[in-house]
Amino acid sequence: MSAVRLSLRDLSVAIGGRKVVENLSLDMTGGNLVALVGPNGAGKTSVLRALVGLLAHEGSATLDGRSLSALDRRERAQRVAYLPQGHEAHWPLPARDIVALGRVPHGAGDPTRLRDSDAALVAEAMRLTDTEHLADRPVTQLSGGERARVALARVFAVSAPVILADEPTAALDPSHQIAVMKALRRAADRGALVIAVTHDLGLATRFGDTIAVLKGGRLAASGPPAEALSDAVLRSVFGVEAFRAEHAGSAVLVPWA
Amino acid sequence: MAALALLCAGLFLVSLGIGPVALSPAEVIRALVGAAGDPARVIVLEIRLPRALLGVAIGATLGLSGAAMQGLLRNPLAAPSLFGAPQAAAFGAVATLSLGLADALSYALPVAAITGAFLSVFLLVVVAGRGAGLVLLILSGLAVSSLAGAATALAMNLAPNPFAALEIAFWLLGSLEDRSMRHLAMALPFMLAGSALLVSQRHAFRALTLGEDAATSLGIHVGRLRLLVIGGVALGVGASVAVTGTITFIGLIAPHLCRPLVGYDPARLLLPSALAGAALLTCADIATRIIPSTTDIKVGVLTALIGVPFFLFLIVRERRRLGVGALG
Repeated sequence: MSAVRLSLRDLSVAIGGRKVVENLSLDMTGGNLVALVGPNGAGKTSVLRALVGLLAHEGSATLDGRSLSALDRRERAQRVAYLPQGHEAHWPLPARDIVALGRVPHGAGDPTRLRDSDAALVAEAMRLTDTEHLADRPVTQLSGGERARVALARVFAVSAPVILADEPTAALDPSHQIAVMKALRRAADRGALVIAVTHDLGLATRFGDTIAVLKGGRLAASGPPAEALSDAVLRSVFGVEAFRAEHAGSAVLVPWA
Repeated sequence: MAALALLCAGLFLVSLGIGPVALSPAEVIRALVGAAGDPARVIVLEIRLPRALLGVAIGATLGLSGAAMQGLLRNPLAAPSLFGAPQAAAFGAVATLSLGLADALSYALPVAAITGAFLSVFLLVVVAGRGAGLVLLILSGLAVSSLAGAATALAMNLAPNPFAALEIAFWLLGSLEDRSMRHLAMALPFMLAGSALLVSQRHAFRALTLGEDAATSLGIHVGRLRLLVIGGVALGVGASVAVTGTITFIGLIAPHLCRPLVGYDPARLLLPSALAGAALLTCADIATRIIPSTTDIKVGVLTALIGVPFFLFLIVRERRRLGVGALG
């Protein structure tokens, strides 16, 4: 299987008549973790929502040459998995049943009657996120960090070639932030294209293959971390300087005003 | 689930046996299979059977509608009666009657009631908007049901004579008395269609646990789901109001009774809620015949008297969430 390829050409998104994303062109391929960064209101979330089909867009977004908007709902759901902000869960269902919802696009409606192949993928997703021991706990009783990992497991269970994660590390303690990013990194290493919106330039630098910087709905820079988050970009887009170092073979970036 | 079904069957038999002439369940069964003497058979088959069947069918429809609304809105305080659906359905029926457009046994009545219920739930979902919190939903529901109540009051106000007004009032109280197989035939097709619609969406309710955005990303067409549920609830509630008047709060209570038994999964809650609704309404209808009083207590009055305190209890239980306001 060749790597999946997602191409955005002049993607524009308008909300209530105001353009929040303008003429975004970006090529991304499977096996990569793309960190989408930018100040608040830069249009990061809108890009993800447009790719999921929650917002209308102009321009084109094609997956392996086929327009995303031309895919039917089910096929699109099988190919693009989405982790919204906040990890909503309205009923105290056991974590395992929440993860099993990831198989809905593949026709599995009832988490108590999964096919063996679906059950295996659910178990695998829980293993990758270290949530197996939470399987029987009601999801509403989990800590924020545990809930974030269960939500991530649900997204992995879709086993989609494209994974979109909106601020997956928001409101998590440092060890959970790193655990979530490592899980996303592993998904990318296994061939998925992972696009993660984040405000944490340090995590983006450490775990991202590519960083796309948005400002005011436009692409301000993109490329490998050192290039995309150059001193000039940090100053003009974020208004900060950076402390840079290297630790255990990874680049370290700490924003420093 | 099996226990609930048994409970329903038992209550059904008791309901057939209770009345001015008391019959034991054994006598009832003998009357049903045609082995009893003539009087018992007439009482059971022609007077009490339609009433008991309507009680089961309407109770089940209301219980199912409540569970479906709670699933759609991801909210344990949701129910058709809190959102003005029965009241609006009643207005639809009353308007049709008082304008002389139809008599009490024509199909125009359920159609008008269904239209009223549909408009009220639709209005609620539009006003409250996407992913609305508890407070917004309940406030909008209050507004919609007050509007429907005011419209019905207007119809009574304009009634051509006191007897017409009295007829409207009695009918609004909600009762299963003196209903015939004709009433059952008039309502059942709509209730079955509505229920089938709601049950067919069960897996979507489960996916909605994750919120509308995540459910959409799983391939659920949330906009279509909303319309289907509004349609299903309107069919069921409208049809039942058209033959019995307003019976409220069954839809709110039934799912809550089932959660401790079958868990919170909104899909697995649907059928048990229907059975619990059937049992509740049958119970309430039996109670109206047992409670000694000079005039008959109407079953709709009784369910509201039980339902409102239960609603208050739920509010107390959910108070923390309600107080936070934006959440829910």
